[in-house]
Amino acid sequence: MKMRVNQMIGGVVVLLGAAAPWIINPYELSLLGRFLALSILAMGIMLTWGEAGILSLGQGVFFGLGGYALAMHLKLAGLNLANGDMPDFMVWSGVSALPALWYPFANPVVSLACVVIVPGGFAAAFSWLVFRRRVGGVYFALITQALALAFSTLLISQQAYTGGFNGLTDFSTLFGFDITTEGAARVIYWVTFGFVLVTYFALRWLLMSRYGVMLRATRDGENRVRFLGHDPVPYKVVAFGIAGALAGIGGALFTLHSGVVSPALVGVVPSIEMVVWVAVGGRNILWGAIAGTLLVNFAKDQISSALPSLWLYGLGALFILAVSFLPAGIAGLFKDGGGSARVMRRLLSRKALSTAE
Amino acid sequence: MHESAFLLGQVFNGFSVASLFILAALGLALSFGLMRVINMAHGEMLMLGGYLAYMTLQIVPGPLGILVAMPVAFLGAGLLGGILEWAVIHRLSARPLDTLLATWGVSLVLQQAARNLFGAIGVEVTAPRWLNHTVSVHSGYFKGLDLPDTRIFILIVAAFVLGGIALLINKTRLGLYVRAVNQDRATAAAMGVNARLIDLAVFALGTGVAGLAGVILALLGPVTPTVGQNYIVPAFLVVILGGLGSLVGTTIASLMIGLFTALIEIFVDVSVAQVLLLVFVILFIQIRPQGVITVRTRALEG
Repeated sequence: MKMRVNQMIGGVVVLLGAAAPWIINPYELSLLGRFLALSILAMGIMLTWGEAGILSLGQGVFFGLGGYALAMHLKLAGLNLANGDMPDFMVWSGVSALPALWYPFANPVVSLACVVIVPGGFAAAFSWLVFRRRVGGVYFALITQALALAFSTLLISQQAYTGGFNGLTDFSTLFGFDITTEGAARVIYWVTFGFVLVTYFALRWLLMSRYGVMLRATRDGENRVRFLGHDPVPYKVVAFGIAGALAGIGGALFTLHSGVVSPALVGVVPSIEMVVWVAVGGRNILWGAIAGTLLVNFAKDQISSALPSLWLYGLGALFILAVSFLPAGIAGLFKDGGGSARVMRRLLSRKALSTAE
Repeated sequence: MHESAFLLGQVFNGFSVASLFILAALGLALSFGLMRVINMAHGEMLMLGGYLAYMTLQIVPGPLGILVAMPVAFLGAGLLGGILEWAVIHRLSARPLDTLLATWGVSLVLQQAARNLFGAIGVEVTAPRWLNHTVSVHSGYFKGLDLPDTRIFILIVAAFVLGGIALLINKTRLGLYVRAVNQDRATAAAMGVNARLIDLAVFALGTGVAGLAGVILALLGPVTPTVGQNYIVPAFLVVILGGLGSLVGTTIASLMIGLFTALIEIFVDVSVAQVLLLVFVILFIQIRPQGVITVRTRALEG
């Protein structure tokens, strides 16, 4: 019975989501599209942090890699490269010829492949280097934070190749289609919505598979997994790679929606903000990651436009309160056998958490 | 300028940056050794120290104001650290990753509070006249070498603090308890050591030292709400390289990171240096994942 109710609610939400372009105005649709793109990234955080126990404070890096991969193509689309045309900011910076790194991105298919492969591959390689030496937990969080800092400083300093502080903006066409019209905005929204659905069901399947079981086992007792004869490293590396690829896809879709990608979206602070979306929504439940992302971002949009300084206090308080008093997030309140009684018990006992290290 | 003088100047810079890292990372490393938690608001303790120095100098101008500011900053930051430990950290310490996030929330709140109280631009603390000199070498092999007094002052302060903490840890009863809890919390507690109180004392001590480092930062540049952020990420890397809660390890790791940064900046610009530093840390982990100095323990999970 309960199952059927959940399925009905899910169906209504999907219908409402698909019909959103007719229900809300273009501005709200643009916001919703952006936040849905972010929620793809958030589901990746749920996979690594909630299920694998790997806290990354550098998801902005993979988000940025995906965003920049697409943005570089969008900057080149419509330029006549054989003629020696270059993106506007390079001309202003006095670059004489298009850098070799940019050439592959003239091809749209290569660029779209890079959106997934570059962040996913980099995330997997980076995490393998760390996990293979059994470094994890707090250390990994701190290393990824240093990664986010290094990446954003590098983007800002290499003005001539990356557009510097302002990032890349002013896009017009993709695959020959004009992406600035209202109709295109709807199509981009549906594409984003489709990606959210696909990601949701794919991850759901993944987490129910044997792989998901091994991942949770690694989170709860990495050494026990070793004693049983399994090597936990590949499981963690794959999870982190998937999260990186999802962050890249989210970054590319976000770039399409907002029409800009800049270092302000990939640094230390945005990266850690991404974690709070999942913390608020619920780190162990997939839909919680989506709900948390939408909730926190709409709240941020409302509050920060009215009272910017209040938002930072609010964000800080959100961090403290969410992890101290609601470690399972909002979604945890709806979980079977959950509810407020359980929250109260947890408050009182303050341990026996499913994600305790 | 003579080339060798330039090189020596960079090495000297490396040492003075390293001594700032030592002061910033000491508290992090000690508390990490005891409780396995990292305080992300530690950078804001540097900031607080800077602002406390600024306020102290408003009240006590004069050449000795800075010497008054140092204990004030130490006590102020230590007090705030103690409150933070008591109110947030020990409640979460069974969950290190959640502690990380909660303390990051604290750091956001503190930064915004500083912005509202003192403004986003930052305040200036002028170094007293007796720190305004530069030791210059005018002849010989190191001709043209300049050593600013403030930088020498940093080295002296760091050496004093490090020596003091080493004495405290190795020679006093409190230090004995700290080492005991560090090695085996459960056994130490069973022997009657109040581990809870040791956690609190060490945490407050560590944040106090960070506050002291903030005073020195204030001598080097303007105190802004985000001044701590510039030093805290390298300090985290120091903790990773240093090994669990080891004083010697933290010192060596600070020197490694300080010298690496200073010397690499001869060849590349600051942003690339940051990337190379990260590469260095990742490579170092490949060789010695347990850090420079390993504290012997029979515990399976670090």
